[in-house]
Amino acid sequence: MMLASTVDPIYAHGVTLAVVVIVLVRMLVGFAVLMGAVTIMIWFERKAISDMQSRLGPTRWGPFGLFQTLADGLKLIVKEDLVPAEADRFTFKLAPYLSLIPALVTFAIVPVGGTVDIAGHPVTLQIANPPIGVLLMLAMSGISVYGVVLAGWSSGSKYPLMSAVRASAQMISYEAALGMTIVTVVLATGSLSTQNIVAAQAHGIWHWNLIRLGVVPFVIFLIAITAELNRPPFDVVEAETELVGGFHTEYSSFRFGVFYLAEFMNTITMSAVIVTLFLGGPAGWVPNIPHLRWVFPILWFLIKTVFFAFSYIWFRAALPRFRYDQLMDLGWKRLIPLSLGWLLIIAGFLIKISWGFLMAALVILAWTLLSRTVAIGEHRREGADSLLPTVGERPLPGRVLRAFTDREGE
Amino acid sequence: MIGAAYAIPDILAFVVAALMIVAGAIGVLAVRNPVHAALSLILTLFGVAVAFVAQSADFLAVVQIIVYAGAIVVLFLFVIMFLGVDRTDPVRVEPLVGQRALAAVGVVVTIGGLVALLASSHWVTGAIAVSSAGHPTPVGASNVRAIGTAVFTTYLFAFEATAALLIIAVVGAVLLARRERHMDREGEA
Repeated sequence: MMLASTVDPIYAHGVTLAVVVIVLVRMLVGFAVLMGAVTIMIWFERKAISDMQSRLGPTRWGPFGLFQTLADGLKLIVKEDLVPAEADRFTFKLAPYLSLIPALVTFAIVPVGGTVDIAGHPVTLQIANPPIGVLLMLAMSGISVYGVVLAGWSSGSKYPLMSAVRASAQMISYEAALGMTIVTVVLATGSLSTQNIVAAQAHGIWHWNLIRLGVVPFVIFLIAITAELNRPPFDVVEAETELVGGFHTEYSSFRFGVFYLAEFMNTITMSAVIVTLFLGGPAGWVPNIPHLRWVFPILWFLIKTVFFAFSYIWFRAALPRFRYDQLMDLGWKRLIPLSLGWLLIIAGFLIKISWGFLMAALVILAWTLLSRTVAIGEHRREGADSLLPTVGERPLPGRVLRAFTDREGE
Repeated sequence: MIGAAYAIPDILAFVVAALMIVAGAIGVLAVRNPVHAALSLILTLFGVAVAFVAQSADFLAVVQIIVYAGAIVVLFLFVIMFLGVDRTDPVRVEPLVGQRALAAVGVVVTIGGLVALLASSHWVTGAIAVSSAGHPTPVGASNVRAIGTAVFTTYLFAFEATAALLIIAVVGAVLLARRERHMDREGEA
């Protein structure tokens, strides 16, 4: 599998002033486009949700209420900025930005389109193409946990703290499955660079990782990323029926706005990442129109990304929220073993077909043993003489609450 | 490679990384609040990642962030919040007798060992791409392959031993946690 070098072609002739300007402009345009996309995404989500719930949604500002997000943003900025007396002030102020910055940085690795010639320089429509590629996304999603966890802890309040504990456990649990499916993609491509991942899927729909790797990694990735985003049905972190607003209960004004922004920005970014990893990114049919050929990859990319952004909204409208223990069961007992098993099978097939079947047989055997183990564990948990908590009890959140209230009583 | 002229960006990157690492390390020790100490640790880890990037070990840098900053320190925070450690932890009482004297001895031995290593061994850092053992890879090229080859051939035994150690640790932790819950229940009854 011969693949192009991972170096951005713009640096081929050394770094000149024009190159620096192009890179800076690329960053600025990326930022502006992402901000614009977020305002539209917030409007789109509110409209789509209200349509699914037979409501009107925002209607007042602009055509179809399109400027509602801007008005809301303005309102948030001029509202009073509260810092609770019990809060850890430094961490409380730091946390929103720890949420926002990863959301912004992750988008940098997404290839939005093909290559355009600007002033004699071939410019890839991507903010940056680091050699570590998709791993940057994993690193950033690892950092974004801190935004939620520190916000919850620093608020100095019960429900945000519980939300923070949930968030830290949930995001670490699903990161394992997420990482393993990314490894599957990287293994099949032979490169970490998103440019190469997209290039390997460019020749028709049968080369898309969605189909080439079997649909399983795609489904695992979609589930894991939804959990990583704390979006419904995995939004136990901000379950309003249990935790008021979750980690951002105590936040108001601009800082709350930053969290809100980061959440929607993450949704867009992750839709784009799914498209990049599994649906060929900007790959698609390009008609032979002179001077306009470069538009079509962007269009394909947009269509695919909007489809996933919409499916997130759809999940939110259609699916009830998972219970915390169900969430953990799904992550640890199903997704992690499944993603590991599938990775081994793909690795086997990449070596030799016979190895692939051998791996498949071994994985099925391991899966059977694992299911048996889990079944025995659950049976013992339900047993009357068992000293472990029964199914009706929710050990994790309950314990935290007890520990926390006990401490306050002291 | 000592004595080779260093480019100004290299020196800048080193200074920034070194400041981050040292400031973070001092923070971990000096700060009273455990969560702030964890944050300082993250600063140090990021500094090390910057140093890795400056040595064009991109893969190590990002793995450093994914594993240490993204998982291990989050687990620290999880435990800190889970146990509800108070904001200021009194450390006046020595939990282990003679701990401080032993720590001093340990520091002296470690620094002595480092100095001995610096004096005797070949100093490969400073050359580009330490990861490929003296053969500089072109700037920007992925060094995943070099690391993969090293880990799964030369250092296979160490790698597998580490894996086994981690599994043993996990099993041991599960065992201890179960027993603790056991006693917990009896205490409540």
